[in-house]
Amino acid sequence: MGRERLLSLALLLPSLAVFALFLFWPLVRTFRLSTTGQDLFGRANRSVGLANFKAVLHDPEFTRVLGVTAGYVLLTVLPSILLALLLALLLQHPLSGLRVLRSAFAMPFAYSVAAASVVFAALFNPAIGIANYLVTSLGFAPVDWLTKPGTALISIAITTIWMSLGYNMLVLLAGIGGVDEQLYEAARLDGAGTLRIAWSITIPMITPTLFFLVVVDTIHALQSFGQIHLLTRGGPTGHTTTLVYWIYHTAFANGASDYGTGSAQAIVLLVVVIAVTAIQFGVLERKVFYR
Amino acid sequence: MSVVTQSRPARTAGGRASQARPRRRVSAGRVGRVLALLLLAVMVLFPVYYTVVGSVMGPGDIASSPPSLIPHVLTFDNYRGVFHAIPLGRQYFNSTLVAVTITVAQVVCAVLSAYAFVFLAMPFRRAFFALFMLTLMVPWEAIIIPNYLFMAEHQLRNNYLALMLPFLAGGFGTFLLRQSFRSFPVELRDAATLDGAGHARFLLQILLPLSRPALASVAIFVFLSAWNQFFWPLLVTDSPKMQTLQIGLSSLNDAEQANPGLILAGVTMALIPTALLVALGQRFLVRGLTAGAVR
Repeated sequence: MGRERLLSLALLLPSLAVFALFLFWPLVRTFRLSTTGQDLFGRANRSVGLANFKAVLHDPEFTRVLGVTAGYVLLTVLPSILLALLLALLLQHPLSGLRVLRSAFAMPFAYSVAAASVVFAALFNPAIGIANYLVTSLGFAPVDWLTKPGTALISIAITTIWMSLGYNMLVLLAGIGGVDEQLYEAARLDGAGTLRIAWSITIPMITPTLFFLVVVDTIHALQSFGQIHLLTRGGPTGHTTTLVYWIYHTAFANGASDYGTGSAQAIVLLVVVIAVTAIQFGVLERKVFYR
Repeated sequence: MSVVTQSRPARTAGGRASQARPRRRVSAGRVGRVLALLLLAVMVLFPVYYTVVGSVMGPGDIASSPPSLIPHVLTFDNYRGVFHAIPLGRQYFNSTLVAVTITVAQVVCAVLSAYAFVFLAMPFRRAFFALFMLTLMVPWEAIIIPNYLFMAEHQLRNNYLALMLPFLAGGFGTFLLRQSFRSFPVELRDAATLDGAGHARFLLQILLPLSRPALASVAIFVFLSAWNQFFWPLLVTDSPKMQTLQIGLSSLNDAEQANPGLILAGVTMALIPTALLVALGQRFLVRGLTAGAVR
């Protein structure tokens, strides 16, 4: 092999070493762990075949976890993208004096999941939170946002929507900025108004960006952990336990250490993420306008 | 194309004469836009306002019912208090050390591999590149159990190594830098080779200085994700002195429910570096976020 070829492999080596140790090997090990059960000392070293998968699929929790996960994705992805789209359309031509709003609206992106969740925990606080202040000023009874089955997932979704708004808006603004200015000019000459231009030109032209956001936000939502952990711990009684939180619950929470079952659940997560990505590419991509 | 070329003069000619009517319509739309934006601004920015203002409110203001939205007394007690509630200084140091190390390592690894992919002859190039892209598709949560076991088996819990090692390289930086390197002008590369520049000199003196925007994108993006991590540090640390700021916020939230001002002071401190990056590095950030989406 030539010197250059050897050099090329040497340059890949640092990255490959990290990937091998912390990505590829753990991936293999997840599959292996998923077929092991615990011995008397809690060590996962007893082969049990597919028993863990059977247990996971027959667990009455499983259906609810999938439902909660799907509900969470639906409650977060589209609302956040639509709200961000509205913001981006309003901000696309910077108004004098309002340019600073662009940076301001991007601020939620600076919040880590812990920072955002902790702030929203205070806002949702039943006694002193602003959310109940608003609700009661409108004449309604105060709400136990995070501890009632009907509102817990919605409250987490609101937190997530807020967090992802800055990111979605920045991406959409970049997409809108890439639309050919001549298209707008032609439309204006044809007498199209602002709304018509947004609906018939801007939105069709940024479908690749919208599609990208649907995929990325869905995958993000499927991986959400921090906001659930900090706001509800998966409760009340499992009503906010998504797939990822289920894994945590099985393998780590409160001294749990059922790594075998947890790994079987992790493979379900892996399959769901890959399936969703594949479906989205298959179904949505045909409706997307590419330049 | 032809439509546009024809229509250009028409616009200039008709522009002045017919300006009076559209002007009024535009300004009505303008007012609507400003109102909509202000309404949205109140909704979106209220949590930001509450974070900062709440952190300088005394308990009489923030924990009152109904809550006051404007502080009647400005106090910095919360900032003093938060250092007693958690080892905030130490956790700030931990977060900085971990995030900076991860950023530097990922940028270096990405530069090396992207250079190899773009400028060097490589056996099995496509297979290796597919391997790098695969790393972007595996959800970290799906392999978190064996990674946790690895750290536990090697007595690395509550150790900086556990917080850093898995993230010292990543597919994202390689992907983004590869795109940037590929658009590097061939003539410049050939000129450098003719001047007798080897790989090291070409990389360090020509390519990298000209790739600063892409490098900034990678660095900002990696730093933000490292600084904001939650699940992994929660698993591998339980001693407060080894925890990162994000886990510190979580402990504050658990222990100081009755004292939101204290929690918000912690959040405000944790936000300083990321808010600066989002405000000042937005141009680079967008480039990183949209790699693959906007062409």
